[in-house]
Amino acid sequence: MKITKSFLVGAALTALPTLALAEDAAPGFDEIGPYIMTTLLFCMAGFLVFFMAAGFAMLEGGLVRSKNVTMQMTKNIALFSIAAIMYWLVGFNTMYPGDFNGYFAIGGQTVLDAVGVSAADAALDYASVGSDFFFQLVFVAATASIVSGAVAERIKLWPFLIFVIVLTGFMYPISGSWKWGGGWLDAAGFQDFAGSTVVHSVGGWAALAGVIVLGPRLGKYKDGRVNPMPGSNLALATLGTFILWLGWFGFNGGSQLAMGTVGDVSDVSRIFANTNMAAAAGAVTALVLSQLLYKKPDLTMVLNGALAGLVSITAEPLAPTLFGALWIGAVGGVIVVLTVPLLDKLKLDDVVGAIPVHLFAGIWGTLAVIFYNSDATLGGQLIGIIAYGVFTFVASLVVWFILKAAMGIRVGEEEEIVGLDMSELGMEAYPDFTKG
Amino acid sequence: MKLIIATIKPFKLEEVREALTETGVRGMMVTEIKGFGSQSGHTEIYRGAEYAVNFVPKVKIEIVVAAAMADQVVETITKTAQTGKIGDGKIFVLDVEQAVRVRTGETNDDAI
Repeated sequence: MKITKSFLVGAALTALPTLALAEDAAPGFDEIGPYIMTTLLFCMAGFLVFFMAAGFAMLEGGLVRSKNVTMQMTKNIALFSIAAIMYWLVGFNTMYPGDFNGYFAIGGQTVLDAVGVSAADAALDYASVGSDFFFQLVFVAATASIVSGAVAERIKLWPFLIFVIVLTGFMYPISGSWKWGGGWLDAAGFQDFAGSTVVHSVGGWAALAGVIVLGPRLGKYKDGRVNPMPGSNLALATLGTFILWLGWFGFNGGSQLAMGTVGDVSDVSRIFANTNMAAAAGAVTALVLSQLLYKKPDLTMVLNGALAGLVSITAEPLAPTLFGALWIGAVGGVIVVLTVPLLDKLKLDDVVGAIPVHLFAGIWGTLAVIFYNSDATLGGQLIGIIAYGVFTFVASLVVWFILKAAMGIRVGEEEEIVGLDMSELGMEAYPDFTKG
Repeated sequence: MKLIIATIKPFKLEEVREALTETGVRGMMVTEIKGFGSQSGHTEIYRGAEYAVNFVPKVKIEIVVAAAMADQVVETITKTAQTGKIGDGKIFVLDVEQAVRVRTGETNDDAI
């Protein structure tokens, strides 16, 4: 209501500039319009990215076996909630510390704008604290979701959640501050529009460390052979992929971080179109390539291909033409189809393909920025990729090893074979289904 | 009385049921099973990894008929379920000692 009123007053004053000169006039649209529009952008984009949590949950629920579905859902809702609390407690202000040394500054709790904040007290050149905080916190939750898919079906619940606390409260915010908080990588010219590296590769590196420390699922690699463990519900996995695809419009579009001008709002729509194109290209590429390589199209690869296309375009969804988005996304699709079997050769058991999708396609997307954004250099992009990789991978390894030594991170052999649903939770996802 | 156990390809079940009903068979037991014979499984690819499917899905039909009908039933199943390709299945015929209809207590040929 208040917003509508100020809007109308603002519009009237803009239309009649002479009246606007009257003393004590309410601020005009030129002053408050961008603040209102950008705040709105953050809220709407935030809802969309929030829903990606549902997308990850459905994708992972569909790609694990039915005996581990309750556990996977438990991890997904718990990790989102923990991320939300940790980001308030320390994460947000660690990632956006304002003036800092460029490397490291632990922030305090997030404080919102006062109730009914006046234009004079609001950050008119940006957006409300609440919208900004909410928009950023749904990103960190996405990072944690990436990890949960890779380590599924054999990790214990509580050590995983402790890892999530460290990842969302500290690791992601500290490394995030290097770029988005205005730290040293931002100064070095590293470009990452919506987080191919800052969000997706970080999740991928943390997942890779987890997969290495945890080891493969029992029976996955036996006598030099790979034994596939097909997912329980490919309809759910497909729904999850579509939800992620939808959420990505908020992920990339909201990362314009402004909607107060003709240029900004047009850019947001440009980003939507490019984001969609990259996803479509990734999916079609994976469809065709899996047919050519394996003689039958593999739906799980097509789903991963769409997501890899999305991750690939995330570092620069604005500058490319639609054709640019198409080929960048298509390369993402190729990466997935070729690297999923590669990980299996290395005996790295990534249940949902999180590492090919988020890490490998994330690296590709970060490099691809140089083709369409003249501010980006190959050197600058490589420094960013390496810095995030080394920091996140090493820090994750340390945390995983500490957890392994302190409490063990893996369930016992019998528990794993019975399934985490019954052994850890005593609750099946599909109690009425006959065993297949 | 004879018990006829036939394992056939699942997609042939409906055709076999129709053909048997026409010959006068009044009941059968059907189970979805997995197994292997000379077909000995096949390979599939999931996410780029080839794997062996050692047990192939089949349907098992169990029919008890009067001894005089057994040959006709076996012949009907053989004719209907045959594709000529490997994996068409097997038929076994066993003697049955006794049959009882639970509702009425009728026995043997009267019970089937």
